[in-house]
Amino acid sequence: MVVSGRPGRPLAPGRKLLIAYCVLVMVFLLLPLAIVFPISFSSAQSLQFPPPGYSLRWYRTYVNDPVWMAATWRSLIIALWTTALATVLGTLLAFSIVRGNYPGKAIVNQIATAPLIVPTIIYSIAVYGLFAGFKMIGLWQGIVLGHTVHALPFVVMIVGAALRTFDATQEQAAEGLGASKLQAIRRVTLPQIRPALISAAFLAFISSFDELVIAMFLGGSNVTLPKKMFDNITMEIEPTVAVVSVLQIVLVSLVLMLAARFGAGARPVT
Amino acid sequence: MVEPATGSADLELSGLIRRFGTVTALAGVDLAVRAGELLTILGPSGSGKTTLLKAVAGFEMLDAGDIRLKGRDITLAPPARRNIGMVFQNYALFPHMDVAANVAFPLEMRGMAKAAIAEKVAWALQTVDLAGYGARLPRQLSGGQQQRVALARAVVFDPGLLLLDEPFGALDRKLREQMQLEVKRLQRRLGLTTLFVTHDQEEALILSDRIAVMKSGQIEQLGTPEEIYARPANRFVADFIGESNLFRCRVSAVADGMATLTGEGGLTLRIVAGTLTAIGSEIGALLRPERPRILVPGETAGNMAEGEVVEAVYLGESVKYALRLVGGGSLLVRLPFKAGHGMLSPGQRLRLGWDPADMHAVPWS
Repeated sequence: MVVSGRPGRPLAPGRKLLIAYCVLVMVFLLLPLAIVFPISFSSAQSLQFPPPGYSLRWYRTYVNDPVWMAATWRSLIIALWTTALATVLGTLLAFSIVRGNYPGKAIVNQIATAPLIVPTIIYSIAVYGLFAGFKMIGLWQGIVLGHTVHALPFVVMIVGAALRTFDATQEQAAEGLGASKLQAIRRVTLPQIRPALISAAFLAFISSFDELVIAMFLGGSNVTLPKKMFDNITMEIEPTVAVVSVLQIVLVSLVLMLAARFGAGARPVT
Repeated sequence: MVEPATGSADLELSGLIRRFGTVTALAGVDLAVRAGELLTILGPSGSGKTTLLKAVAGFEMLDAGDIRLKGRDITLAPPARRNIGMVFQNYALFPHMDVAANVAFPLEMRGMAKAAIAEKVAWALQTVDLAGYGARLPRQLSGGQQQRVALARAVVFDPGLLLLDEPFGALDRKLREQMQLEVKRLQRRLGLTTLFVTHDQEEALILSDRIAVMKSGQIEQLGTPEEIYARPANRFVADFIGESNLFRCRVSAVADGMATLTGEGGLTLRIVAGTLTAIGSEIGALLRPERPRILVPGETAGNMAEGEVVEAVYLGESVKYALRLVGGGSLLVRLPFKAGHGMLSPGQRLRLGWDPADMHAVPWS
């Protein structure tokens, strides 16, 4: 924690209060982690804290359970497809919104970011109604489409912000030097907004991998990992769910670390 | 003294028109740039010079007119197919590529073989005195060096035309003058037909073979720097190029090739008549500040004026004085600064004289 203040000068009371508040918030946010990690290594039959003993039995249970494994792979595949689709489509959309000049551009911009504003439950019901008509409920591809639309705003906002600060005369320069529009974008623009693209892709991945509500409505019997966890908690109380949580936390932290490493310089602008 | 360029036209613009809503950026521009010539488009902001440049580069579409480069109609060609090298105001170097990759870019886009590219890049960097800088990134270079890279990138593919968009604006004065001379030398050496856009009249006078002065989407005057400076076609050009005194006068008499003019405050001027024949017509009499000289007591000249110093500005080799004339009106003069004489201070009176040939008449309206 960085406490800026001149040395030798006592902190103002307001400042002390602020620090105390920050510490409290941090503890409150991190406390669940401090509980979930030990529980995942528990030797007990049920969710108990503190655990009576430590073992890897629930990790074994998770790995050996075909239902958990299927849900995990399904979620990974859905998240990867969502990442690919949302990144490509979102980037194209961002180009259109930042560079385009056509009537209705403002509306396109609003629609592109709407999934952030519309409550997920409302969105899910709407998509459920639509996909039911196409007999697409229960297909993992349906979840991919639902998640893609849900992830688009992240990509549009992050890539859009990067494009706005990018000097478009560079593209003109490239074209003047003999590059086609596409070559100019591929050789000059994309390499320079790469940090934003990577950040956007990671966020799209996480937004899908973590997502429960849309998957619940569209998944049918094809449960994703968050849905399986949800079922697990509602039906039986055993530490496998803690194991999955830990693995998820590790995966997401890894993704965020990678995003910070390769996506440096691009922060989501909200 | 710049030798006037000769030869056939390399770039021909005819009847260029471009409107943005109610604003007319180009109002029918005709211009022919000769092979190997450096022609400057000079104008204030909003004169349409940037639109003209963009239209030639292919970044701006035209409402009417056509553009021919070396006989080829490029009016509708995309920028990539025009074979024009351009140096942007901010250089627009690719920051993620090193210097060599920047310069190689246009050659790669033309599908040139690797070995040939390396050879060409080395030549171009040599030409701009940056041999050995190939592996540096643009941000590791100084402003002047970045400009050289931009220049190398613009000439490496033997373009049919070089476009310079106010490229010296970002440099400090000393470096700017140095780069201006270098660009001029390079342009001469490679025989590149060049269109240079600037709002800086001093720069235009230094660099150009010919200058086209633009205003409101039209070319007001096209001529060599000497012509533009000494014989401006109208009040706008007279005022825009260099410093000037412009006296609003009426022609009161014409005799023996000399015209007598009367201006405000009883000012009487004599000027070489030339085409001035209509008695009573209203004209602007242009006098450049460096023309008048101080008259010693008893000395006379074709034109004389007496005034009081209002303001004095020391310029190093000369001093600029703003004078209030005896009959009212003001006069701007630049007199050589001679060591030992000192500067005149405000309030001092002096008598100035200049020849009728030092003045030039422009239409007032």
